[in-house]
Amino acid sequence: MTDVLAYRADDGNTHANSLSPAYGSTVRRSPSQPLVAIPHTLTEVTGPSSQVLRASLDDLTKIGTGEALGERIIVTGRVLDEDGRPVPNSVVEVWQANAAGRYIHERDQHPAPLDPNFRGEGRVVTDADGRYRFLTIKPGAYPWKNHHNAWRPAHIHFSLFGPAFATRLVTQMYFPGDPLIAIDPIACAVPAAARDRMVSRFDLDVTEPEFALGYVFDIVLRGRNATPMEDKHDH
Amino acid sequence: MTIKYGATPSQTVGPFFHYALPYANGETLADAQTQGTRIEITGRVLDADGEPVPDAMIEIWQANHAGRYAHAEDSRSEFALDPHFTGFGRTATDATGTFRFTTVRPGRVPGPGNSLQAPHIAIGLFGRGLLNRLVTRLYFADAAENADDPILALVPERRRSTLLAQRLPGEAATYRLDLRLGGNDETVFFAL
Repeated sequence: MTDVLAYRADDGNTHANSLSPAYGSTVRRSPSQPLVAIPHTLTEVTGPSSQVLRASLDDLTKIGTGEALGERIIVTGRVLDEDGRPVPNSVVEVWQANAAGRYIHERDQHPAPLDPNFRGEGRVVTDADGRYRFLTIKPGAYPWKNHHNAWRPAHIHFSLFGPAFATRLVTQMYFPGDPLIAIDPIACAVPAAARDRMVSRFDLDVTEPEFALGYVFDIVLRGRNATPMEDKHDH
Repeated sequence: MTIKYGATPSQTVGPFFHYALPYANGETLADAQTQGTRIEITGRVLDADGEPVPDAMIEIWQANHAGRYAHAEDSRSEFALDPHFTGFGRTATDATGTFRFTTVRPGRVPGPGNSLQAPHIAIGLFGRGLLNRLVTRLYFADAAENADDPILALVPERRRSTLLAQRLPGEAATYRLDLRLGGNDETVFFAL
């Protein structure tokens, strides 16, 4: 008996359509054929352990000889599954633009200054309660060439593994009250009801006096079916 | 069953991940001490016009040579773990859309019911313009086991070839599989 406990199917109201023409790059880069649904096997319910992670890096503000420029912020939260169970020991990787809206990347041509003391990458493993925490600076908004006068809302990229190949998630965290979110084709490709799940919330308890504002961003990965999936293909 | 929390939506990895996600030797899963048949996996990521995708990230996940995953949920102790093999790799495509991994040929792992799967490597594809991770699999065109693989059987027969890596001529065991996001011979992508 090798049936496995599958992860729950997508509810159809969470993720963007891969083809979302307002985000121009999707047009030539999204499959035109329907995805082929497959049952979860050992391949899908296993995945890389946190041992593949490189050394932890949770303070993005002190990689150079001086401190990073910009508004210091704490970003923290829990990684949970859809049933509210914490996801411990999960790799969380982040990367972001600097306070001026510039990435340390050769293809970023935005004429905003680089900060020699800010590289904008971090990675940690969630603790037993699924919690993670980074100290960073608030990223700036930046222009992109998707359409005339296009600006990305300030965001931090997140990459999570969770317990299995099936739970892998790459997403972006936005900031509350940002007027650019509502006109951003990448954020707005997500169904409206799920969009707010990508927006962090300001939290005074996380905020440290005389030091840094605090934002909370909880991330919810796919939950698991309660019983082994019926093998609907085996007949 | 009641779901208490809505899942966090996926977003694109964007064009600027290179300094943060790929890491040294991420494309090398096998070293001199890794057990099994060493292979190279290479190919190109192409868009719907057949143009190279120079800013994609590819992750692979596979069992070791004996068909065992390095993960707690694969508890089949009769198949030995290899301390020199995690089964995970990550790389970015270059300017020509090309990727390359050095790994070992995976053993067979169980499928639904009492089936056995043919040797395969799970692939996750990310990139600018990809709002969701695209998932596919690499199978080996020269594997007789493909004939009774329970997952390949779910793929329309005329499209199965998009999952079959072809062995290139030469002494080193190099297998090639292009990943086509659209157009003719669009790769089969899976909904998990």
